[in-house]
Amino acid sequence: MAEADDGAPSSVAEPLDLVRLCIDETVIVKLRGDRELKGRLHAYDSHCNLVLGDAEETIYIPDDDDDESENVRTVKKQSEMIFVRGDSVVLIAPQGGS
Amino acid sequence: MENGESKGASGAGDARDPSGFLSEIIGAPVTVKLNSGATFKGTIYSVQRSHKILPIKSCDLQSVDGYMNIALESCKEIHNGKVLRDWGDCFVRGNNVTYICADEAED
Repeated sequence: MAEADDGAPSSVAEPLDLVRLCIDETVIVKLRGDRELKGRLHAYDSHCNLVLGDAEETIYIPDDDDDESENVRTVKKQSEMIFVRGDSVVLIAPQGGS
Repeated sequence: MENGESKGASGAGDARDPSGFLSEIIGAPVTVKLNSGATFKGTIYSVQRSHKILPIKSCDLQSVDGYMNIALESCKEIHNGKVLRDWGDCFVRGNNVTYICADEAED
């Protein structure tokens, strides 16, 4: 039943194709727990396990959660190479996205 | 006819299934809500559907798969009616999706 996809290789026939097009590009990955990663996408799989190089992790920490969280503290961490388990991935976007 | 069948059934044989809806909305402007409460708007597009309408605060849904992973184009993250962030193209992992809502196309 599984039909061989005969779409053009550059097209986005399925959502993960969008990720494939981001290989070796800088991507922003939104993670669970108010975290983000920005780095060069080296590898991914169908679980969205990712390997990012030159990655910068940004953790958003709301200062006071009384009011609207206007004040957000951010903590940044640098990693030369990082493996991300897919289940914490929320969103993947190429950085250059308009 | 004679018995048992649910009233709403159109008699088309197969039960309708949500994946039919998902393939229908390819190319349409959509609102996607995530479990975190974050809302994304855009348009799903596929090969042959028109996807020219890009309303403000919306994005284009490029494709959906069996995991409900979504590819969105012109994706904007909306919070309290304001654009929080413009993501452009983006991939959303399906497990985070609460719902996908087809917006009214503004012809």
